[in-house]
Amino acid sequence: MTYVKNRLRRTMMFVPGNNPAMIKDAGIYGADSIMLDLEDAVSITEKDAARMLVYNAIKTVDFGGAEIVVRINGQDTPFYDEDVKTMVKAGVDVIRLPKTESAAMIQKLVKDMEKAEEEYGVKKDSIGVMAAIESAKGVLNAPEIATSTPLMMGLAVSGEDYTADMHTHRYPDGRELEFARNMVLQAARAADVYAFDTVFSNMNDTDGFYRETKYIYELGYDGKSLVNPRQIPMVNKVFNPSKDEIENAKAVENAIREAKAKGSGVISMNGKMVDKPVVAKATRVLETAKASNLIDEEGNYIGE
Amino acid sequence: MENKVKRELPDDLMSKMNLKPFESTDIGHPEVQRVAPKVRVTSDENKVVDSLEDVIKENLRDGMTISFHHHFRNGDYAFNKVMDLIIKMGYKDLTLAPSSLTGVMNDKVIEAIKKGVITHITSSGMRGSLGDFVSHGGLKNPVIFRSHGNRARSIEEGEIKIDVAFLGVPVSDPAGNANGQDGDAIFGSLGYALMDAQYANKVVLLTDNIVDYPNTPASIKQDQVDYVVKVDKIGDPDKIGSGATRFTKDPKELKIAQMVNQVIVNSPYYKQGFSFQTGSGGAALAVTRYLRQSMIDDGITASFALGGITKPTTDLLDESLVKKIMDVQDFDKGAAASMAKNKDQQEIDASWYADPHNKGAVVNNLDVSILSALQIDTNFNVNVMTGSDGIIRGAIGGHQDAANAKMTIITAPLVRGRNATIVPNVETVVTPGDLIDVVVTERGIAINPKRQDLIKAFSKVPGLKILDIKDLQKLAQEQVGTPKPLEYTDKTVALIEYRDGTIIDTIKQVKD
Repeated sequence: MTYVKNRLRRTMMFVPGNNPAMIKDAGIYGADSIMLDLEDAVSITEKDAARMLVYNAIKTVDFGGAEIVVRINGQDTPFYDEDVKTMVKAGVDVIRLPKTESAAMIQKLVKDMEKAEEEYGVKKDSIGVMAAIESAKGVLNAPEIATSTPLMMGLAVSGEDYTADMHTHRYPDGRELEFARNMVLQAARAADVYAFDTVFSNMNDTDGFYRETKYIYELGYDGKSLVNPRQIPMVNKVFNPSKDEIENAKAVENAIREAKAKGSGVISMNGKMVDKPVVAKATRVLETAKASNLIDEEGNYIGE
Repeated sequence: MENKVKRELPDDLMSKMNLKPFESTDIGHPEVQRVAPKVRVTSDENKVVDSLEDVIKENLRDGMTISFHHHFRNGDYAFNKVMDLIIKMGYKDLTLAPSSLTGVMNDKVIEAIKKGVITHITSSGMRGSLGDFVSHGGLKNPVIFRSHGNRARSIEEGEIKIDVAFLGVPVSDPAGNANGQDGDAIFGSLGYALMDAQYANKVVLLTDNIVDYPNTPASIKQDQVDYVVKVDKIGDPDKIGSGATRFTKDPKELKIAQMVNQVIVNSPYYKQGFSFQTGSGGAALAVTRYLRQSMIDDGITASFALGGITKPTTDLLDESLVKKIMDVQDFDKGAAASMAKNKDQQEIDASWYADPHNKGAVVNNLDVSILSALQIDTNFNVNVMTGSDGIIRGAIGGHQDAANAKMTIITAPLVRGRNATIVPNVETVVTPGDLIDVVVTERGIAINPKRQDLIKAFSKVPGLKILDIKDLQKLAQEQVGTPKPLEYTDKTVALIEYRDGTIIDTIKQVKD
């Protein structure tokens, strides 16, 4: 496995690192990223066993092409050092640091990873990092965290811990998270890294889940954290591009092809110049459309 | 000798019992001779008796064959009540020929075997302590397992000759007109018991609910019945069905169900007026839910649903998405209660349902069936009878019968716990691979290479992963490794018949 900076990351599914049955089947649901958890899902008495299990799972289980992220224990715990070393040795795609509050914390993580990479002969810079933003301090420092390392994959808002830190709790309308969501998203976009929204844990409130997912999609988030595989098709549905968006993206792609054929550096469509963000968006749309089976191999629209 | 699915059959037993090895799933057009029961003529208006013991004493002799039905499932009070008396009265060498054996009967059967009361058994299946007991050589003579359709055939052709049938019913009139739809302990269709009522020499009804003559609708009719025995309580309504059927929340089962639905709606059979049979497992119920949505979205209705029926299926009838239900048994209270209210929920007997030797059974009209499996091998043979430990823990039920659908889909997780479901060789062949078209697991589907038409149809479906069955088997093996082969003794504890009465496999005594 190798870390790829840019890829589709609509869904990041949390899987408890101490549950072999769930780990074994994690790859069948079509999550873009799977986050194996060594932190909150694992009780203090099972930390070592979970670390061993996750290590072996990364080495042997077929996760169906999903990106593998491991949430390690925080830097203030006695498990952190061993977690970093073992996950580097396992060759995970991305290490996620919980409770990130400063650029220095990420820089320490990267340094520790480098040491482990050397120790185990793992290629340097082959593993990405991501930061979980779970406190007021973390939110305010999001811009420096996002730019703290070239290995930064993305930032994730963690709603439960953050609202506790803010002396509130989560409400159905999500107003208490508005500042954090926007701050983290701005920081991620400015640094050109990914932004992930927090989990929605009431499985019975399908309407609420769609409402929240649609909201964060409209804000501009790249993906959402999930606790249940049943939420994967729901998120994908919200993130699916419309037929018009797909047709437009195909037109942009054609313009790029034409420009290349002509050897021209300037891409133009309908007489107008196509900017770089438009090209990037078109690529994203087609990638999503393909992953959701909305277009066939030739790029023809087959959605409903 | 070896049969056509490459199973070694014990020569001595085959010749001693005059049995033929399985040849082919093609039934052809044989001419068969049916048998008829002996009738003791009576014109009694009132057949109600108080003493079950007197009825047994008058009609049962050592060496006879007795039968029961299993429509009460684990809420059955009839079986143990009758068997208690038979054991107490010291009968010997009886053949037990019920439509199937449920958990609540297990201990009583074991007791009867140990005391020499029962020496032969034929059934659709057995589980729990009884399966364990038989697999460890507890019964001298091999059990004969038959599908529901095959049991009907065997009764009609005299291979199972029932001397006395003891049939529990939730309602009867004094003359013996009975059904499964009224009373406290309703179970809906009497499908399997109708064979016993028609062919047994003596028919004894047991009921806690005797109503005025004539009781209609009459599933079992007065011209078939010798005695009506009044009992305090015939069954426990709460244990008859699975109660209110709940949809699974297991994401893996839902994923499999969704894939099964994709297979169905992209098959050539999914069109106006198609027909289907689903089972009662978690994934099967979820299939019904996804299929319902597809039918609504596509404006397609089914001409009939067949089989063991559950409430999600009777709901489709209520919504007019399914025109008729052909109902041989009901798995839950909702489906059972629906029969009395709905004339389009047709009660059918086991012969009409699935008998291979009649003038046409409903399974022959069936488009799509969805069945489960304990194991499937790389030749698509299915085991629904023995566990990965070789011990009997299942039932053929209608598996071999419903597999005659134009497209038969087997659903199973790739592995269960530490055991592979897709294996190089199944422990016991119950349904031959020739009848199986598609296997659906959470990792992808496998299509029988005989069905190039389906391979072509499904390869165009986006997101539906098609694998060779051998690759699925390898995937399973990579996850759980290769188990040591099971060890058996030479003793044959059970014979598995194919629908036509030929022997498709045997089960040996396990070595501990």
